[in-house]
Amino acid sequence: MDLLTFARGPALQAAFTIFLIGTFWRLLGVLLLRRKLDHSEPRQPALAGAFKGQIAHLWPYQPFASRVMASYLLGYAFHIGLVVVIFFYLPHILFIQDLFGVSWPALPHAVVNAVGGITLMALVALLVKRLMNPVTRLISNFDDYFTWFVTVTPLVTGMLAVAQVGARYETLLALHLLSVALLLIWFPFGKLMHAFFFVAARATTGMIFERRGTHS
Amino acid sequence: MSGDVSDTTELQPLDLESSRVSVQIPAVRYDQQGEMSDDERIGIAMRNFVKDFGRVAAIYMESCVHCGACAEACHYYVQTGDPRYTPIWKLEPFKQAYKREASPLAPVYRLLNLKSKVTVKQLREWQELIYDSCTMCGRCTMVCPMSIDIATLVGLARHGMFQAGLVPHELWAVAERAKREGSPLGATAQVFEDRVDWMGDEHEVEMHMNEDQADYLVTMSSIEIQKYPESMAAIAKVMNAIDASWTFHSDGYEATNFGMLSGNAEWQKAMTVKIIETAIKVGAKAVILPECGHAYGALRWQGANQYGKPLPFRVMHVSEFLAELVTNGRLKLNQVDRSVTFHDPCQVSRRGGATQAPRVVLKALGVDLREMQDSAEYNWCCGGGGGVVTIHRADALRYKTFEIKMRQVNETGAQMLLSTCANCRQTFDDGQEHFHWDKTMHSLLELVADNIVETEQ
Repeated sequence: MDLLTFARGPALQAAFTIFLIGTFWRLLGVLLLRRKLDHSEPRQPALAGAFKGQIAHLWPYQPFASRVMASYLLGYAFHIGLVVVIFFYLPHILFIQDLFGVSWPALPHAVVNAVGGITLMALVALLVKRLMNPVTRLISNFDDYFTWFVTVTPLVTGMLAVAQVGARYETLLALHLLSVALLLIWFPFGKLMHAFFFVAARATTGMIFERRGTHS
Repeated sequence: MSGDVSDTTELQPLDLESSRVSVQIPAVRYDQQGEMSDDERIGIAMRNFVKDFGRVAAIYMESCVHCGACAEACHYYVQTGDPRYTPIWKLEPFKQAYKREASPLAPVYRLLNLKSKVTVKQLREWQELIYDSCTMCGRCTMVCPMSIDIATLVGLARHGMFQAGLVPHELWAVAERAKREGSPLGATAQVFEDRVDWMGDEHEVEMHMNEDQADYLVTMSSIEIQKYPESMAAIAKVMNAIDASWTFHSDGYEATNFGMLSGNAEWQKAMTVKIIETAIKVGAKAVILPECGHAYGALRWQGANQYGKPLPFRVMHVSEFLAELVTNGRLKLNQVDRSVTFHDPCQVSRRGGATQAPRVVLKALGVDLREMQDSAEYNWCCGGGGGVVTIHRADALRYKTFEIKMRQVNETGAQMLLSTCANCRQTFDDGQEHFHWDKTMHSLLELVADNIVETEQ
């Protein structure tokens, strides 16, 4: 079995399995914990807060804007960039169609390439900020740096494969797929889980403060 | 027993009147209570920390991406630039403990030793971060993209710290005294009754004490009883003006809850239940909470949960009560021709939701309200909440954070400074003295009481 066949087959399958089991384990392990009933008399029904919280924390409130806006913009740049690159690049859509039978229109290669470049720059800028800013440098741990690594690697190997720079295309593609496998394997263990937990946290806080008659 | 130079002891409790000694001995940066081995201490700390670990706290612990935004909302970080004051960093040993002991992946963390065991040394080091430099004002909650309520987590961390005897000594002593005497500042039931009598005479206002039945049970904070006793006359004037059936009660008068602030969950419950049982005994339709921030959180939002069932009466901060009275026309107020700025107590406004109530009252007073740059739910803490004002070694840091408040108040150019929290007021008074500032904090309740339109009965 050559490297590409291994990467396409057993490696991705194993990675997907670990991703699914791990993610469910960690989500259920938290979401199934008991939550004490709140007996306080609500000022207003709490439920709307679960939705308002999702929207409100998409963007910094005005009093904080000047201090955190740069991080927000960089964060959005790479999150949106990753969505574009992962879901609107033609080979990815074909790969997904192959697996699940659904597809949608792709963006032109040049656009995806440019977005990939911007995404990479945003990720590098955030890494530099993480290392240079005294706050993020202090609070960062292995998870932060390793998660950065497993996020950047598929992007870089993918862009190299497209450009066919550095090695044979098949080798680059295999490395790309293996880096995706690494991302999937790491997903349930590190902070990538915020992709799910952010909804839960915003809903929780949103409801608590809605109940009290204010917002989160 | 104590690691700093404060002379606060059980016998000589906190004195807010005299000048303060706030020298830190650099070598000793923590206080410790009780005799136990380090192993016992750490075991107790961790057990009590994870005891209340439900879904809410676990979700928060899992969600942080270490973006550092919380630092930008925190008055300690903003004023010092010291990254240790980053709100989520204040929880680092507790995050470590959660990951290792309680999270869904705990077995993996332990097996591979990915997170080491928390040590007593760490907790001693963190005492300053959990107590001296967090007022649990919750501003960081609002800036967090994940919406993690860090203030709640600090409250849980304090549970572990208290049981392990790792509380700043003055805060511990104040809480202990509150448990023993019924009030943190020496306002025992007898002292309270005496001072209510005194204020009744002084202001020629009819006081109601220990009535068998009353629609309203009126509570006070010991800061008011001892330092701002005019508050007692003020609320009595309001109550009498609307011809209410009301009472103070020596069984349940103290609304502050140093059990909660220091992290002793049992004491918190005992202090809360005292008021609840008194209110039930007199058949109160509502408990009126005084101008105090944390008292509101303790009874309005946590009270029923401490009691284990819904409360058979309403719980109102005095500003909410006044807002209701002016809105339904039961209380008529004179117009006050002054410019005013209002300091929101974090626990009433941002964390309590009664943000508009004082503004309704101010409107009824006809003042020219000049909001500070960051007001209402975005306000900056006065720096004295969460029990911090009791901790002497934290004074220098507290003054640093108070500079934000002075700047913002000055910028409004308002003639008068008002709030609805006696603890904020005391922090402002202390800051005023320290900085020789020309602004004095006043009570909204007292302003209202001085401007009641007497109606012919």
